[in-house]
Amino acid sequence: MADLSINFAGIKSPNPFWLASAPPANSGAQVHRAFEAGWGGAVWKTIGGPVLNVSNRYGAWHSGSQRMLAINNIELISDRPLEINLAEIRDLKRNWPDRAVIVSAMVESKPEAWRTIVRQIEDTGADGLELNYGCPHGMSERGMGAAVGQVPEYCQQITAWVKEVSKLPVIVKLTPNVTNIVLPARAALAGGADALSLINTVNSIIGIDLDTLELTPSVGGKGGHGGYAGPAVKPIALNLLVALATDPELAKSGLPISGMGGIATWRDAAEFLLLGATSLQVCTTVMHYGFRVVEDLIDGLSNWMDEKGFRTIEDLRGKSVHRISDFGNFDLSFRAVARIDQNRCIKCNLCYVACNDTAHQCIDLIDSTGKPVQPHAWDLASNGKHEATGTRPRPEVREADCVGCRLCYNVCPVEKCIEMVEVPSGRESITWAQLAQAEPAVAEDWDAMKKYRDEQCIHIH
Amino acid sequence: MNGLTESLPPLSAHEAAVEASRCLFCYDAPCTHACPTHIDIAQFIKKISTGNLTGSARTIFDSNLLGATCARVCPVQELCEGACVLGSEHKPIAIGRLQRHAMDHAYQTGQGLAIAGTPTGFHVAVVGAGPAGLSCAGELAKRGHAVTIYEKRDLGGGLSTYGIIALREPVGVALAEVEMIRNLGVRLQTGVEFGCDISLDTLIGDHSAVFLSLGLGKTPALGIPGEEHLVDGIEFIEQSKTAPAGPPVGREVLVIGAGNTAIDCATIAKRLGAARVTMIYRRTAAEMTAYAHEYAFIQNEGVQLEFLTQPVAVVIEDGRVTGLRCRRMSLVQTGPGRPTPEPIPGSEFIIPADQIVKAIGQEKPPAFNGIETDRGFLRVNDSLETSVAGVYAGGDCIRARGSASTVMAVQDGKRAAAAIDKALTGTRS
Ligand SMILES: Cc1cc2nc3c(=O)[nH]c(=O)nc-3n(C[C@H](O)[C@H](O)[C@H](O)COP(=O)(O)OP(=O)(O)OC[C@H]3O[C@@H](n4cnc5c(N)ncnc54)[C@H](O)[C@@H]3O)c2cc1C
Ligand SMILES: Cc1cc2nc3c(=O)[nH]c(=O)nc-3n(C[C@H](O)[C@H](O)[C@H](O)COP(=O)(O)O)c2cc1C
Ligand code: SF4
Ligand code: SF4
Ligand code: SF4
Repeated sequence: MADLSINFAGIKSPNPFWLASAPPANSGAQVHRAFEAGWGGAVWKTIGGPVLNVSNRYGAWHSGSQRMLAINNIELISDRPLEINLAEIRDLKRNWPDRAVIVSAMVESKPEAWRTIVRQIEDTGADGLELNYGCPHGMSERGMGAAVGQVPEYCQQITAWVKEVSKLPVIVKLTPNVTNIVLPARAALAGGADALSLINTVNSIIGIDLDTLELTPSVGGKGGHGGYAGPAVKPIALNLLVALATDPELAKSGLPISGMGGIATWRDAAEFLLLGATSLQVCTTVMHYGFRVVEDLIDGLSNWMDEKGFRTIEDLRGKSVHRISDFGNFDLSFRAVARIDQNRCIKCNLCYVACNDTAHQCIDLIDSTGKPVQPHAWDLASNGKHEATGTRPRPEVREADCVGCRLCYNVCPVEKCIEMVEVPSGRESITWAQLAQAEPAVAEDWDAMKKYRDEQCIHIH
Repeated sequence: MNGLTESLPPLSAHEAAVEASRCLFCYDAPCTHACPTHIDIAQFIKKISTGNLTGSARTIFDSNLLGATCARVCPVQELCEGACVLGSEHKPIAIGRLQRHAMDHAYQTGQGLAIAGTPTGFHVAVVGAGPAGLSCAGELAKRGHAVTIYEKRDLGGGLSTYGIIALREPVGVALAEVEMIRNLGVRLQTGVEFGCDISLDTLIGDHSAVFLSLGLGKTPALGIPGEEHLVDGIEFIEQSKTAPAGPPVGREVLVIGAGNTAIDCATIAKRLGAARVTMIYRRTAAEMTAYAHEYAFIQNEGVQLEFLTQPVAVVIEDGRVTGLRCRRMSLVQTGPGRPTPEPIPGSEFIIPADQIVKAIGQEKPPAFNGIETDRGFLRVNDSLETSVAGVYAGGDCIRARGSASTVMAVQDGKRAAAAIDKALTGTRS
């Protein structure tokens, strides 16, 4: 069985799954139960100065019968008295020596404030510190959270203040609400950070209540942007993770990364690991289903690792990073076309309408005699299930015209019904970067492009 | 009322939204092809999923003015739901119940109902206020034509009001539809019997066109001694809907026949307290004309079936029914098609009973001077016009082939209205 334990910048954890700094890690009693359920660690809900919360704090994005594909919140850092938090952390760590207990902090941007909180946290016996530079609402209006994370100089400065006094590993948690995540990450590195974590929540407005015309959630009629998290943000999180994993300066530093943002299953977890994360944090999925989700996270990841022959997390960490490339390096001669498995097809025609209305008009409806027919061609006088299903044409891809956009593959509701099949293009492999260098005119002039296409037999209709 | 109330509850808003969100929104969807009125099902379900119930109802009414009845009585397993792409491996979408959800919204709020067109000055006569007649009248009113329906009975709705058991459709639903059609400006004259109170010539003389939708008649005679002691199945059902206490029901009830009407009669007898209900059929389960789901339903209700059994005479003692003399049959394959039941000599026996209901179909429509027929049904061409110019017909009275159903009648009414409109205005609609 695979060994899931990790050593994250000196913080040891029996598995990579940590509660993210958020409501699930709000109190000792909660984290205690989470550890009982199997969580490898927890980043305590951010502590700092005094705050007051409002009610109606969470909005959510649902789709069809799928609830809470994302949550959006306007909650602040912990509103429990600092002393109580510190006492509970101390107690927790004493009871769970083998788990990772990390404390997230955010205080006013003054050296003294940071020094004080660092000392207080160290006194609890916790294993590490996470600096919350990410909270996008409320705290940022008071000059903290994202207000720090969005300005690389502040990032570096505060990290340096903390590192001056801290004996514990310091993780800097980044906000996704920036145009280039690499800059604050490098700043944290320059400030002496031991590790990075990302992403905090994404700025968002979840929606409007069409009865009251108020924002959701509504605080007595007012609303505003809140932090977006949950399964829907995973692609954003992966992209930002990749930005760090592929930055030469950060890569050289070897700073470990704690990945989060939309982890709902062990499959998501594996993807974060493959793109370079060492530890994984989870919030929304736990808020949706409770601590018990860790069972499948651990079990599923472990079984998959066994199947793939990965013995440790380190074995698989970053295994897909070398596949990341720029568009300019993609092979323009690689060709894939859609192919429909008629035995699986249920003839919903979603591929047909998608390709016909919005892609490349290369799926035909073929009747039982092999002739293409138009949709709605059936006789208005015919009805009943036998006529409707018996005479229904089947969708077929005209492969010669298929550009391989993969839209039909994405809309098809049946597993493995449409496959994108690699076919020879008959052309030499070439990338855009190579082409633009070899024949610059092709990149600049449509006539030259036309000539190039004709030579290469590239036909676009 | 006594076990004869609508058996399926309405879907809650949440149930409807969840079910609607399961629909794939197929393109050129097979469910629409399978529906005889070709409702744009994917579209009306999509609208339910977005909470646009008014738009959903409008989509349904665009193709089928009697969507509230159809939602309840259509044999969906054979039609839309039977063709749903999710049917083969998963559960098909509950199209009928979703349709009912949208229709209930329309009738409860008055939103999404059809509206009458700008008056054209033409006046069309419709005979019979069943589904075919109501559909035709409503479609004509949508196009601005004045319409008068002549109906021999006191209430409109035809078999939806008088013949479809309340388990499937309460009377109120059918009557609300009649009201909705009247609100389009259609005049309903009840208590007027065509052929008695008003002649075809008068109708033709007074109107721009005529649509005949008379349905069928009473249960035909079996031709056995004691016939007068048999209860007419159609009337039996009618009383279950219109008489407050329902029809008188015996202890041991026999139902002769094995079609959908017979199943309805057996259901009523059982639900109204008969100790034993037995259906008598000349052939076997394999040849039953009832839908498979109806057959399964009746077995669930605890109704017994006597196959290969033919009634010979009603047994009467002291003027009261005490049983039915029957004989056994055997099936002989004489040619192509259904095998023929042949009596087994000397096999007569008596089944005890104190009430015998005959449910062996309905009599064909009466003959009218000058209108040609096909196997006893009114003959029509592709535009549903009879052999008399300007006189159209639809519904059960033309259904010489195939099984008669409400939705087919609605579609006939719609097609005839389009043909009449085209003939009157010279434009395609
Ligand atoms: C017991 C029973 C159960 C059924 N269950 C179902 C079911 O579950 N689902 C389904 O889809 N179908 C069902 N059907 C069939 C369905 O009811 C019919 O196909 C449908 O009602 C036909 O509509 P119609 O308008 O042609 O005729 P009808 O509904 O019969 O309407 C004809 C109308 O014309 C009137 N009329 C007749 N003669 C005259 C005259 N001379 N002058 C004036 N008015 C006249 C009648 O009073 C009646 O109102 C059932 C039928 C029966 C008998
Ligand atoms: C209700 C809520 C409160 C949060 N509070 C904090 C916080 O106090 N400190 C912090 O660093 N992140 C906070 N977060 C962000 C989470 O720690 C995490 O970065 C984010 O939710 C992405 O992970 P997920 O997709 O698994 O939820 C909060 C998130 C939510 C939903
Ligand atoms: S891959 Fe794109 S172009 Fe090819 S069939 Fe599918 S939708 Fe059409
Ligand atoms: S989307 Fe898939 S299932 Fe639907 S018609 Fe196309 S290939 Fe068949
Ligand atoms: S066939 Fe089924 S899934 Fe497709 S549109 Fe019709 S009801 Fe929806």
